[in-house]
Amino acid sequence: MPDASTILQQNAHVAGGGTTAGTTRRRAPVTGEGPVARAVLIGVAIAFLSLFLLLPLVVVFVEALRAGAGAYVAALTEPDAVAAIQLTLMVAAIAVPLNLVFGVAAAWAVAKFEFPGKSFLVSLIDLPFSVSPVVAGLVYVLLFGAQGLFGGWMRENGVEIIFAVPGIVLATVFVTFPFIARELIPLMEEQGTGDEEVAMTLGASGLQTFWRVTLPNIRFALLYGVLLCNARAMGEFGAVAVVSGKIRGYTTTMPLHVEILYNEYNSVAAFAVASVLALLALVTLVAKVFLESRYSDELAARSH
Amino acid sequence: MTFQPGRKTFQRAALAAIAILSTISMPHAQTVLLNVSYDPTRELYRDINKAFNEKLVAEKKKPIAVRNSHGGSGGQARAVIDGLDADVVTLALSADIDAIAQRSQRIPANWQSRLPNKSTPFSSTIVFLVRAGNPKAIKDWDDLARPGIQVVTPNPKTSGGARWNYLAAWGFGLKKFGGDEGKVREFVGAIYKNAPTLDTGARGSTVSFAQRGVGDVLIAWENEAYLADLEFGKGKFDIVTPSISIRAETPVSIVDANVDKKGTRELAEAYLQFLWSDQAQAIAARHYYRPVRPEAAAKDDLARFAKLELLSIDDDFGGWAKAQATHFGDKGIFDQIYSPAR
Repeated sequence: MPDASTILQQNAHVAGGGTTAGTTRRRAPVTGEGPVARAVLIGVAIAFLSLFLLLPLVVVFVEALRAGAGAYVAALTEPDAVAAIQLTLMVAAIAVPLNLVFGVAAAWAVAKFEFPGKSFLVSLIDLPFSVSPVVAGLVYVLLFGAQGLFGGWMRENGVEIIFAVPGIVLATVFVTFPFIARELIPLMEEQGTGDEEVAMTLGASGLQTFWRVTLPNIRFALLYGVLLCNARAMGEFGAVAVVSGKIRGYTTTMPLHVEILYNEYNSVAAFAVASVLALLALVTLVAKVFLESRYSDELAARSH
Repeated sequence: MTFQPGRKTFQRAALAAIAILSTISMPHAQTVLLNVSYDPTRELYRDINKAFNEKLVAEKKKPIAVRNSHGGSGGQARAVIDGLDADVVTLALSADIDAIAQRSQRIPANWQSRLPNKSTPFSSTIVFLVRAGNPKAIKDWDDLARPGIQVVTPNPKTSGGARWNYLAAWGFGLKKFGGDEGKVREFVGAIYKNAPTLDTGARGSTVSFAQRGVGDVLIAWENEAYLADLEFGKGKFDIVTPSISIRAETPVSIVDANVDKKGTRELAEAYLQFLWSDQAQAIAARHYYRPVRPEAAAKDDLARFAKLELLSIDDDFGGWAKAQATHFGDKGIFDQIYSPAR
């Protein structure tokens, strides 16, 4: 197999041949663009990133600290904010492990086995990516709402789903379902069934094979998927807004609480809570960058 | 070779993560009333809830937790119909509580006769909020129909306040054109042609106008207009009172099926009756709601309310059931005058 740098050089020749046809071929810049073009392109990219990503992030923290550190702390220790943070963590703590189990099971089934309806299962896994979160929320209202399919029976039997924590968990599980499975399926497909077959031949049971062979093979991809899933679980707004009922301090997750505070003209508190979400996102990002480097090592190691 | 976390490390990390996550506690249950209300009442009910608990403590009873949910009145009614477990609903207009009664049967049809003043402890009216100095010289409803004026108002389909806005404009039109409905339609249509976006709730519109600087004039609840004026500092906006507006009655009810299931009927009824008490009436006036018992409110608070001709939903529009069907029902007049404008 050719290594990455030769491929890059070949591509550069193709690109260079197109743009600098007839002129003398320079050796130094691999990509074929002159230093000016490169500086402009990099400058545009950086300006764009600063304007659309970095600046809003900075604004969140500036607005949050506008009234001083005291107001910032007060906004975060206010009971409704604490309840929102707790609820968000709890929803993530339920949704992520559930999707961990479902995701690994689904990826395992799709990548290691052939069965009828496999492509249907794959499209089903992708469904939450293509369905609008609002629709995802409304579907649960139609199923479990008082006027819904099962809602009347559930109310009579004291089961609360919509406008309570279970509904928020359901909606979150729905929208975050593909993250782990989608992360694992390509990797597990690439790895094939060779290792497992060897383990089986050597007398390992199915569970032993999974725990000792498959799981270690996918651990970084799995962690990466968990991080993405967690980030979305904590940040989900649309689907949760539909099923929440917006009961302050009870069914408001952090994103909903941010909106409520903003609508109460309390922008310091709104941005304080938003900054916690942003911090959680930054932690996720750092962990992701770290894992990405590990994960690519792992992938590189596989091909040897 | 670089550091490679082994299988053991991974398993241990997974176990530790599960241990940490399982210690996060569930929110625990206590005596709770859920008040499902419309958009601009957040500040009002925060004070009323506090006063109600003070009253309970003074009577040597246990204080309770009153939870609040706010949003566009129509949307909130929809949520209660879909199963939001409200003990009491305090909505922007009786049609929304009627909708709960009809569609979910969780409130009896005669709910409005159970409390004084047609179950309306305080009312409001509809006024205009304009930019400081009133640069577009907006004085009355016909200025809103002028070309080039940008009007901010929420969507009557989801917002109770927006329906009051619409009917107040309609009422002005009726007087101006001597009851010629074709002309009134054209007039109200021209106002909505000047409204490029319709937010789902009154608060959303106020934020659009005041915080994001959208539009020349906000058609708003009187209380919302004063609150925006306070929140953003005096001198940024002017409040303009039109010659005619509407008495916007905002009724309340317990949700019978819910309180009976939860065993909170007594508490919920006490909570609603408290709205007619001297304390609550004074709080309402302080938050710019017009109390039904003005004698209980502070003189200075009452003096702030402009005197103007107020139309009545029952006398001038034949009641909410009729107005709702004629104007805001599917393919009603609002649908007819708004859709072609887009």
